[in-house]
Amino acid sequence: MQLTVWTYEGPPHVGAMRIATAMEGVHYVLHAPQGDTYADLLFTMIERRGKRPPVTYTTFQARDLGKDTAELFQSAARDAFERFKPQAMLVGASCTAELIQDDPSGLAEAMRLPIPVVALELPSYQRKENWGAAETFYQLVRKLADKDLRAAPREGRRPSVNLLGPTALGFRHRDDVVEISRLLGTLGIDINVTAPLGASPADLARLGAADFNICLYPEIADTACRWLEKTFGQKTVHTIPIGHGATRDFIAEVAALAGVDAAAALDDSRLPWWSRSVDSTYLTAKRVFIFGDATHAVAAARVARDELGFEVVGLGCYNREFARDIREAAKLYGLEPLITDDYLEVEDAIAKLQPELVLGTQMERHIAKRLRIPCAVISAPVHVQDFPARYSPQMGFEGANVLFDTWVHPLVMGLEEHLLTMFRDDFEFSDSAGASHLGHGSAPAPTRHPGPVPGSTAPQAPSAQPEEWTPEQVRGDVAVVATGWSPEAERELLKIPFFVRGKARRNTERYAAEQGIAAITLDTLYDAKAHYAR
Amino acid sequence: MTVMAPILAPTGIDCAPVLRERGQREVFCGLTGIIWLHRKIQDAFFLVVGSRTCAHLLQSAAGVMVFAEPRFGTAIIEERDLAGMVDCNEELDRVVDRLLARRPDIKLLFLVGSCPSEVIKLDLSRAGQRLSLKHAGRTKILNYSGSGIETTFTEGEDACLAALVPDLAASAPGAAPELMIVGALPDVVEDQFLRIFAQLGTTTVRSLPARRAGDMPPVGSNTRFLLAQPFLGETARALEDRGAVRLDAMFPFGAEGTTNWLHAAAVAFGIDEMHFRSVIAPGRERAKRAIEHCRTKLAGKSIFFMPDSQLEVPLARFLAQELGMVPLEVGTPYLHRRHLAQDLALLPRETVISEGQDVDKQLDRVRAAKPDLTVCGLGLANPLESEGLTTKWAIELVFSPIHGFDQAGDLAELFARPLRRRDVLKV
Repeated sequence: MQLTVWTYEGPPHVGAMRIATAMEGVHYVLHAPQGDTYADLLFTMIERRGKRPPVTYTTFQARDLGKDTAELFQSAARDAFERFKPQAMLVGASCTAELIQDDPSGLAEAMRLPIPVVALELPSYQRKENWGAAETFYQLVRKLADKDLRAAPREGRRPSVNLLGPTALGFRHRDDVVEISRLLGTLGIDINVTAPLGASPADLARLGAADFNICLYPEIADTACRWLEKTFGQKTVHTIPIGHGATRDFIAEVAALAGVDAAAALDDSRLPWWSRSVDSTYLTAKRVFIFGDATHAVAAARVARDELGFEVVGLGCYNREFARDIREAAKLYGLEPLITDDYLEVEDAIAKLQPELVLGTQMERHIAKRLRIPCAVISAPVHVQDFPARYSPQMGFEGANVLFDTWVHPLVMGLEEHLLTMFRDDFEFSDSAGASHLGHGSAPAPTRHPGPVPGSTAPQAPSAQPEEWTPEQVRGDVAVVATGWSPEAERELLKIPFFVRGKARRNTERYAAEQGIAAITLDTLYDAKAHYAR
Repeated sequence: MTVMAPILAPTGIDCAPVLRERGQREVFCGLTGIIWLHRKIQDAFFLVVGSRTCAHLLQSAAGVMVFAEPRFGTAIIEERDLAGMVDCNEELDRVVDRLLARRPDIKLLFLVGSCPSEVIKLDLSRAGQRLSLKHAGRTKILNYSGSGIETTFTEGEDACLAALVPDLAASAPGAAPELMIVGALPDVVEDQFLRIFAQLGTTTVRSLPARRAGDMPPVGSNTRFLLAQPFLGETARALEDRGAVRLDAMFPFGAEGTTNWLHAAAVAFGIDEMHFRSVIAPGRERAKRAIEHCRTKLAGKSIFFMPDSQLEVPLARFLAQELGMVPLEVGTPYLHRRHLAQDLALLPRETVISEGQDVDKQLDRVRAAKPDLTVCGLGLANPLESEGLTTKWAIELVFSPIHGFDQAGDLAELFARPLRRRDVLKV
């Protein structure tokens, strides 16, 4: 058993729901107890869909267990078929139904429905959401693709590709598809099928007619792409077009496979100039910590270092299936990768590193807020604000523009706060003004550090979270050894802007430990500052 | 002071025939109750023994609370536990020991059963007894089921409170009558009720659940209890088993509901009628004034309740009797006729009461009826809005302070706001 408060991924059947909801004409009959319908509201609320996900749950209860839950499943499947008239059906079990072993696959087969029925085996106690989505998409492709279909000879026609991977509840999938489709259009390439998002079973049947495949999101489409490669001999484009450089690489790879001229599409983003303009000089070597799904984390690291001039000090992902990609990437930055689905480990790493910017998921947003570090979101899981109304892709040249604005925004806010802090004693400013990006009426966060501050004059706002566990408490680690700070040094530390205060404290204590200094004085603080000067 | 009509207890126990449906149900399971229960009992921790689905549900429902290191968590059952590679009970002990070692502030630990833990027949009550011995003197360990196969949404609170009852101290023999308010209310509402009871002069008033594990009320034949929530069937039965007596009343929503509810206690404790009226008059008047401005918006409007929390019947009564709305169908996951008798009697004759759900058939009825307002869950609200219907999402009614005189206006406003919004938007 694993004690969990928060999970980066849902169970695998939620991944299957993401595929079913993304597609047209597919219905998912899920053998599941009453209550599992909570997952509907991820789609109706977070993604704001105006339609119910195409999922029928058997919603069995205790009183059904003594009787025939298998019969319940068949009648639910029959009713769903009659009411929704899907072109294809997915059948499977959630974690509880997996335990009662009703075999949806055999039960559905016995019904002899006049449509393709894809039975899903999603091991709930080993696998998670992304794996469930990938497996579901792969099984659908395998079942529905017309295996006799091949791309027509290339004479006198434009090249054509399949765009694979976008799903429901995918981070910015909606706009990424628009951006990449536009880009392919500029190159003179036709899109044969985009799937699963917006595709029907009939569309999946036509997959074989494309010249090659573009795997936009490996977490979802990698398995299906490998099968298509084997079955139809279609090559796969593996470059993920996130960032300016990666988009150019992507164009080059696509153009080479399609035999077209890449020049037409190289219409640059504004990112390079924005990044070179003098206003961005202060971004140089800002220490950034990156965490998310492997694809977005690896792409973000390249953009951070090569296109914004940050220093990547931490890199990790929560989906173990793609650990190899993260390991490869981490080597480029001389880092030890963090591969974990335990957010407390991530919090620990961030607290230890004291980066100046965190790029992560919804969870890192909260961790960063607690540690008072600027943060931007680069990967699912995300909350409702990251399914925006406005056009905001991550991919392609417009995506690069979006990345620049999104990542720099919290830092500019940081500067604003810096000024507030600098002029804290100015009669018109005060610490209690709070941070602008934390919304109106936000009190300054309580300072969190290992020991009490003797003679502290920092205003202590009442904590909105009276019962935080520190990572040390949670993991029972040895608490950070609180070195003795002299009151004078403590007061000096409080004059340092809050967003570098953590780093200054850490550096000073490390320096004191290395030098064998027991009591930290003003001199120690400034000696350490000089020692670590970059 | 306006002269009040005498407060008559409606006698018609039976209501119109109930439409009972089986089929796909779009409802939460009882685990969801943890979201508000863990805020109420300040030194309790809720440990769900379940799957990743359970953890995912809790974080979806708890939203931002998760990030404040809440007092709940999930012990996720893994392949190893199922394959018999490790002993589930040993694993559970390990998780609990670790948890309690780190959170010495926890005085009460609930082991909460889920669908997976029940299907694999993991006996949490024995685990609770075993662990209680181990952690005796520091942490009490109880268990209940919040699984979807056993419970719907608010029934999770019922199961939790019912698990507390056998553990309550026994009242002293021959003790004076005491009043117990049963059901987790927001602190601000609970305090308002306690103030009114103090003014009325009822002797001792206690709440179940109390805000701390050590302050749970005693129970015995001298206990008279008022249900503050309509979904507490099991808890009421457990209290009655220990000799407590339920005071029959409407549920305390709006001016009338709250008056009737308070009056039930006043009668039981022999409070003078004139004194009662003078004590409640200011609150009652405030409530009436506060709902008045919503009445123009809501009177004559039809409303359709899809089943969610069992609050549907008393809320429909409030909307019909005090705001002039027309309830077309009132769906509830479970209908406790005896506890709801007084509210049911005040619903219009034409109202259809439905118990259980076949969600697609019920949606067909909603579309046919075209109600002005549909109360439903978040999985259905946006889809119905996109079809042109106006909705009020039901969960808010469980998470917001809505009981008592001083929340009557807020409660009416919860229903008026979606209609007002529909009218102001020009897009």
